[in-house]
Amino acid sequence: MNSLSEPRKWERFFWPIFASALLLALWHYSVVWSGTKVFPSPREVEKGMGELLRHHVLWRDIVDSLRRVAAGFGAAVLLGVPLGLTLGWYPAANQVVNPVMQVLRPISPIAWIPVAIIFFGVGDRAAMFLIFLGAFFPIVVACISGVSNVPSVFRRAGRNFGLTAPQLLAKVLLPAALPQILIGLRIALGIAWLVVVAAEMIAVDSGLGYLVIDSRNSGKRYDLVVAAILMIGVIGLVLDLAFRRLEKLRSVRWGFRFES
Amino acid sequence: MQDENTARTNLRVQLRPIAFIAALLVLWSIGVRREPSHLLPGPWGVVGGIADLVRHGLLVKYVVASLFRVTWGFVLAVVLAIPLGLTVGWNRRAEMALNPILQILRPISPLAWIPIAILWFGVGDLAAIFLIFVGCFFPLMLTAINAVQSIPAVYVNAGRNFGLSSAALVYRVLYPAVVPNLIVGLRITLGIAWLVVVAAEMIAVSSGLGFLIVDARNAGNRYDLVLAGMLIIGVIGLMLDMGMRSLEKVKSFRWGYSED
Amino acid sequence: MSLTQPVSAPAAVTIKLSVEHVSMVFERDGKSTHVLNDISLKVGDGEFVCLLGPSGCGKSTLLNAMAGFLSPTSGEIKVSGEVVRKPDPRRIFVFQERGVFPWLTVEGNIGFGLSKLPRAEREQRIAHYVKMVGLEGFERTYPQELSGGMKQRLEVARALAVNPDMLLLDEPFGALDSITRLIMRGELLRIWEAERKTIVFVTHDIDEAVQLADRVVVMSARPATIQQIVNIDIAHPRDISSPRYLELRDGIFQQIGLAHKL
Repeated sequence: MNSLSEPRKWERFFWPIFASALLLALWHYSVVWSGTKVFPSPREVEKGMGELLRHHVLWRDIVDSLRRVAAGFGAAVLLGVPLGLTLGWYPAANQVVNPVMQVLRPISPIAWIPVAIIFFGVGDRAAMFLIFLGAFFPIVVACISGVSNVPSVFRRAGRNFGLTAPQLLAKVLLPAALPQILIGLRIALGIAWLVVVAAEMIAVDSGLGYLVIDSRNSGKRYDLVVAAILMIGVIGLVLDLAFRRLEKLRSVRWGFRFES
Repeated sequence: MQDENTARTNLRVQLRPIAFIAALLVLWSIGVRREPSHLLPGPWGVVGGIADLVRHGLLVKYVVASLFRVTWGFVLAVVLAIPLGLTVGWNRRAEMALNPILQILRPISPLAWIPIAILWFGVGDLAAIFLIFVGCFFPLMLTAINAVQSIPAVYVNAGRNFGLSSAALVYRVLYPAVVPNLIVGLRITLGIAWLVVVAAEMIAVSSGLGFLIVDARNAGNRYDLVLAGMLIIGVIGLMLDMGMRSLEKVKSFRWGYSED
Repeated sequence: MSLTQPVSAPAAVTIKLSVEHVSMVFERDGKSTHVLNDISLKVGDGEFVCLLGPSGCGKSTLLNAMAGFLSPTSGEIKVSGEVVRKPDPRRIFVFQERGVFPWLTVEGNIGFGLSKLPRAEREQRIAHYVKMVGLEGFERTYPQELSGGMKQRLEVARALAVNPDMLLLDEPFGALDSITRLIMRGELLRIWEAERKTIVFVTHDIDEAVQLADRVVVMSARPATIQQIVNIDIAHPRDISSPRYLELRDGIFQQIGLAHKL
C-alpha cells in the first residue's frame, strides 16, 4: 500500500534469503575481524549443531523441554479457560478477583522458584509449575476479554431462541469468543516456551535451557551455546506456526483477518 | 433517597475484593501452619520482612536498582526498535526480508542470551540492561511493523490525495495513526521488561529485587524476605502498568479506542 | 388523503400484540432520557405493521421491548394476552446486521433453534427453509462467504425455522444496497404470504413502509409518540407508481414535514 510497486512472487523468497545471507556474512566477518577466540562464527555454530545432533543430546533435550511445556501449558489451559470464561461471564466475580490477579501477574515466574522448590523440590515438577504460572494469567485474561467482547447481538439472539444460561455459554459465548481465546492460548504458549528455557537454566538439569548454560559452564563451548539458542528460536517458531494453523479452521476463521 | 441506596451498594461492592483478599490471607495463614518444612511465613511474616528491608534501607535501594535497569533497557529498545520497525513496516520488501529472522529470534527467552551477555559485558548492570534490551527489542519492532501495516489504506490515500510529500505523509498521517497501537505495545513490552529484569537479577547481578529473592533464600532461607520481594515486585509491576494505561487515556491518543 | 385509523386493528381479527401505555425512560449517569412516551398500539394476528420514524426516535427501543429484551418503565406489552417479560422463541427478533452466527454454516444457523427436534424432522425443516429463502447450494457455506443480502435471508430463515408467532425486524435491510433492498422486500412479502406470521417491522424508509405494511405507525422524534397510523389499503403486489400508493406515501411525507422537492 505504501512503497513503490507491488513485490513480485519470487521476491518473497529472495529478500529473506538475501537479508539472512547478509547477516551471516556480517556475523562471520565481525568474528574474523575482531579476532575473538571465544565467540563462534557461523560455520562453527553449524558444526556445533551437527555435533549435538550426532550425540543425540539435542533430541533428548528438545523432548524434555517440550514435555515440560506440554504439562505446564496443559494444566494452565485446563484451569485457566474455565476460570477465565466464568470471570468474563460474571463481571461481579471478575471485579472481586481482579485486584489479586493484577498483583500476581507482573511477578516473573522465575521469581517463584524458591517457592516452587519448597513445594515441588528441584526438578521437573518445579519447572512445570513455573510454566503453568507463566501461561495461566495470559490465558485467563484472554478468556475474560474474549467473553466480554462478544457482541450483544449474539447474546440477545441466543436468549431469543430460548437458551438457558449454560446453553448460552456453550452454544453462543464459547464459539463467539473462541478466536480471541485462541490468540491468548497462542501467546501463552509462546510465554511457556520462554519460561521453560529460563527455568531449565536455573532449576533442572536437562532441556534446551540447561544445554545453553551447561555448554558454557563446562568448557566455554560458545559454538554449542549459540547452536542451542538458535534451536530454541526455531522450535519456538514451529510451535507458534502450528498454533496459527488452528486459527485457519473454518469454524474460527471468521474471527481473524488474514492476508489475502 | 436514591443516592443513599446507591452509596451503600457502592460501598458493599467495593468491599468485596477486599473481603476476598482477606479470605485468601486467612487461608494462607492456615496453610502455612500445616506446612511441614515450616519455611514459608504467613502474611504477618511477610509484613515483618518488608519492615526489615525498610529498616536496613534495602527496599529503596533494590527497587531503584531494578527500575534503573528496566528504564535503560526499555528506553534503548524503544529508541532503536520503534523507528526501525516503522520504517520496515512501511517498506514491504524490508519487511519480507527481515520477518523470518525476527520470527526466529523472538521466541528465544532473553535469559538464554545470558552467556553471550556475560561474555560481552561481564557480570553486572550492563549485562542486565542488555538482557532487558533484547527482551524488549523484538516485541517492540514487531509491534511497530504491525502498527504500520494496520493503517487503513484510506488514510494514506487521503494524505496522498491532498498532495502530501513523503515526509509530511509520515509526520501527519503515519505517526498519529500508529500511536494508539504503539502505546498498547509499549505497555505490554514494559510488562515484559519487568519480568526480564527480575529474572536477570536472579542470575547475573548482585542487587535489585530479583537478587533479593535469590540472596534471601541462599543466605539463610529467609523466606519472609523472598515473599516480601515477590509482593513488592508484583505491586511495582502493577504500578508501571497503570502508569502506562494512564498514558493511553490521554485524549489525543484516545481515538484509537472505541468508546463504550 | 391519508386516513388516520383509531388505535385498534380491523375488528374481525384477533389481537396478537397489545402495547398499553408504554413509556421508556433511560437513566445514565444521573441523566434521564425519555425515549418513549405513552405508546399504545394493537396489532392483529397475521398483520404486517411498520414502525416508521427518523433514526434515534425510539422505534427500535419499542421493538426491543416487544421482544422482551427491555422492560418498559411504565405500561405493559402483552402477546396473546400474556405480559412480555423476557425473550421467547415465539417472538423472534431479526437484527440489522451481523446477527447470524459466524461460526456456524447456513445449515447450522437455520438449525440453531431446532435442537429439541428429532434429527429427521430437523433436517427436513432446514431444507425447507433453505429453499424458501433461496439459499440452495449454500448449505455448508459459512456466513463470511455470503453477501449481505444472503446473510439477511439466512437470518430470516433461522427465525422462521422455529415457527414463531411473531417476527420482529429491526431495519433488517438497512445495511444493504438499494437494489438488494428492493429484492429483499419482495422476498419478505413472498415469505409472509406463504407463512402468515404477525410481523412488526422497524424502518426509517417511508417507501419501504408503504410498500410492505398493512398499517404504518408513524412515530415522532424522541420522546416518541405515535403521530399517526396509516392504513395501507392496497392489495399485494403493490404497484409503486399507482396513484393510491403515491397518495399514501405523500401523505406520510407531509405528516413528517418533508417537502416534495429535493
